[in-house]
Amino acid sequence: MSDIAPIAGRRPISQAPWFRAWPIYPLLAFAVALFLYPVAQILILSIFDSSGHFSLANYTRIATTPVYLQTLIITFEIAGWTTMLAMLAGYPVAYLLANSSTRVRDSLTLLVLMPFWTSFLVRTFAWMILLGRNGAVNRLLISLGITDAPVSFIYNFTGVMIGMVHAMLPLAVLTMLSVMQSIDTNLVKAARTLGARGGQSFWRIYFRLSLPGVAAAGLLVFITALGFFITPALLGGRRETMISQVIISVIQELLNFPFAGALSVFLLAAAAIVFYLYDRLLGMSTLSGGASASELAARGDRSAIGRIGAFVGERLIAALGWFSDRCGDFWDRLFPVRADRPHRGISRAILWTVGLLIVGFLCLPSLFVIPVSFTSGTFIAFPPEGFSLRWYQTYLGSVGWVNATIRSFIVAGLTAVVSTVLGSAAAFVLVRQRLFGKVAILSLILAPLVLPRLIIAVALFYLYARLGLVGTVLGLVLGHTILAVPYVVITVMAVLKTYDERLDQAALSLGASKLQTLYRITLPQIRGGVIAGFLFAFITSFDDLTVALFVTGGSTSTLPRQMWNDLLLQVNPTLAAVSTVILVFVTAFVIVAEMLRRHASARGI
Amino acid sequence: MVQGSGVTAAKTKLSIRGATKHYGAVTALADASLELREGEFLTLLGPSGSGKTTLLMMVAGLVPPSSGEIWIDGKLATYAPPNKRDIGIVFQNYALFPHLTVRENIAFPLRMRRVAPAEIEVQVKRVLEIVQLPHVASRLPRELSGGQQQRIALARCMVYSPSIILMDEPLGALDRQLRDQMQLEIKGLHARLGITALYVTHDQEEAMAMSDRICLMNNGRIEQIGTPQELYFGPHSVFVAQFLGESNILDATVRQVGETMTLSGPNGLVLRGRGDGAAAGEPVKVIVRPERLRLLSDREAAENSATGTLRETVFAGGVTRYFVALPNGPVLSAKQLSAGGEREPRVGDTVRLGWSAENALVLRQRAAQS
Repeated sequence: MSDIAPIAGRRPISQAPWFRAWPIYPLLAFAVALFLYPVAQILILSIFDSSGHFSLANYTRIATTPVYLQTLIITFEIAGWTTMLAMLAGYPVAYLLANSSTRVRDSLTLLVLMPFWTSFLVRTFAWMILLGRNGAVNRLLISLGITDAPVSFIYNFTGVMIGMVHAMLPLAVLTMLSVMQSIDTNLVKAARTLGARGGQSFWRIYFRLSLPGVAAAGLLVFITALGFFITPALLGGRRETMISQVIISVIQELLNFPFAGALSVFLLAAAAIVFYLYDRLLGMSTLSGGASASELAARGDRSAIGRIGAFVGERLIAALGWFSDRCGDFWDRLFPVRADRPHRGISRAILWTVGLLIVGFLCLPSLFVIPVSFTSGTFIAFPPEGFSLRWYQTYLGSVGWVNATIRSFIVAGLTAVVSTVLGSAAAFVLVRQRLFGKVAILSLILAPLVLPRLIIAVALFYLYARLGLVGTVLGLVLGHTILAVPYVVITVMAVLKTYDERLDQAALSLGASKLQTLYRITLPQIRGGVIAGFLFAFITSFDDLTVALFVTGGSTSTLPRQMWNDLLLQVNPTLAAVSTVILVFVTAFVIVAEMLRRHASARGI
Repeated sequence: MVQGSGVTAAKTKLSIRGATKHYGAVTALADASLELREGEFLTLLGPSGSGKTTLLMMVAGLVPPSSGEIWIDGKLATYAPPNKRDIGIVFQNYALFPHLTVRENIAFPLRMRRVAPAEIEVQVKRVLEIVQLPHVASRLPRELSGGQQQRIALARCMVYSPSIILMDEPLGALDRQLRDQMQLEIKGLHARLGITALYVTHDQEEAMAMSDRICLMNNGRIEQIGTPQELYFGPHSVFVAQFLGESNILDATVRQVGETMTLSGPNGLVLRGRGDGAAAGEPVKVIVRPERLRLLSDREAAENSATGTLRETVFAGGVTRYFVALPNGPVLSAKQLSAGGEREPRVGDTVRLGWSAENALVLRQRAAQS
């Protein structure tokens, strides 16, 4: 529409692209003031000493103190193992989802999404109930006579792995799924008719084409895992201390912002190095589904590292294909294929078994908080002793808990409203208008998804301390909006992309004003996407501990903050009652949001 | 090379016997039987949902039949896995592997058969020459035009000389002009190399232009199998007559049987036609192709004639179509070479249509299965 040249004279200001893009400016200003500026400040702060002079003292301190280096190594070790295990467990689930009928896929996806949105705290707490010394698993093992003494599942590396893989699995599955769904199913069929056995066609064609998804998922999981602190703090031992925990204690105990900034730079540098290596090895374009490494390698326009990576990768895939081919040959010799009667694929059965086991691992543990919350005993125990509502009474009778709950709802509600308004307006501009530097703007808005949340929290704390926003609802809402707005932008953009703009043009040509068109034509049709964005924003705020950790405290706690305090100090059945309430609430929310999103995208097509 | 349908001594390459497929309560394919001879080009033609793709996928081994048998090159293959069947498929969207170059794509089936690398090199070169694209060997599929991708998909199938090549609407994604050109090319390759082909399309013109025989399908059943001429001139059912080309269909009742039947049509119209099996008094349908209807001049006589009002004239270049409404009756469509000049009748004129008994085909209502 904007491409029509004015008939005569100068273009009025209202037609200028920069003017027409006004709906994006509030969010842009918001992101610059509350994200870009504070984060940059905290990072820059790290290269000054306390008297304001340039100094690398913070960095030399990190580099020369073994404890910090040790922490960095452990952080990488944990993130690395988490990534590997999450990929291994996530691949079969994503494959199953991508290759099932729509109905099966929809319900399985919901099972994967649910833990994705369920509070980390609740999930981690569930693992404590399950795997503790007197937890359900140990009781089972002892009563079956498999062990005499309780096995230490948690407060060590194993515990951290279980918790982190559990936390990262949904992200891994969903990222791989998006690539797998774009693979043409005819390709595998074609490979089969061209003479490839099942294994060969899987490795050489399907697996090879799903690699961009595997790589992207690996990258996202690794970078997210680098910033973790809840799981290692609650399920790890003294050795499993990650860099985020150190940053938290540096702030909370020493209030040393420059040093926390330096540690943040290390964390970011680690993420950047991973990004860089990824790009060299696989090409950034794979993230967006462009040409992949071997294609480029085939034509020689690749870096040396890239070429080696591609070569090794192709060899590996060929070897895997060859190996499964030989296995298949051997199997056929044992059980020759009969052409005269139907046969059932056992590989499909194995896949389903493995896939459902992993989905069970994903969904079931959280449910254990429910029976535990009804115990009549004074301690967390599974199976619970008797039945009572006393812990719900304790929860609802405690001023601290009730206030935290109310505050969480208020903050989440306000965050959702602000995010939806800012995010939807920006999404309109991003989808419909040509904009100078659109990619950069979108990156800025979505960056809080990738940047370790802790760094944002520390930066906001530093900013708020000077503005007097610490401990205020306003400060919390502003901070949560930074975290929640990307979800709104993504969902609304997705709906708008499928929306036929000619409907708006038709409305305008029929005499409706722009505002009338928006309210009567556009909004009713994209309503599902907007509401879904609202709900996701609500959940993001409702669940957040990281920002709340710094910006709230004492009498201004939110629900996650209150839980965190109790989890660190004294684990008690009240937590199970609170967790159950959160679980039920969040589950209902996610189901509604997901249904609306699907409804919206189904209508959009 | 063997070609055309006249050769009956040719070996049977594919034999489908009573193939049936149920999906729950839905029958996608019912009791289909079919023989494909060596070097033959047979097309499965039908509207969407007629079962033609199900039948093709069954031959490929990608859909197991609920019952029935499939024999490929004399070997039972009903439930054999696709990689052990000696068939090749050209998919609708070609299914070229996007991460492999053209050369690697074509080499793929040979690699899977563990052919020696030197031999692979020779074979790939050979088929690329055949499809006249030797210069694209090191390109990726996405760097080729639609027509080129199509030819590479064909080359990938031909390189290992399968017993049968299956093609699932391979020209569906191409634009009109390219489609016509590719039709000729595929037909040329078929004739030159003696390929045995099972082809699926919903485009009747494509089917008639390319096939030795057509298997017309409807509602999961085979309606009729025969050469394009047999189907066009001797349809066994109203469906066949309507699906292939255009038809005027008149309700009639048989009055007298014989070499030429006498029938009474709508509004007392007396018709003469040919057809088997119908008995006197039986209600039937009479089929006449529009191009067999002539506008008669005043004195001209014909075995069948009907008078009506010219409703509409559609000039389409070489031919002109006339829609003539019979009194209180059906509208007949006639197609004639455009005459031009003054003699053209005008809309509203009373005109007389005529056709020979030879061109009026009498079809029984519920027959045509035999």
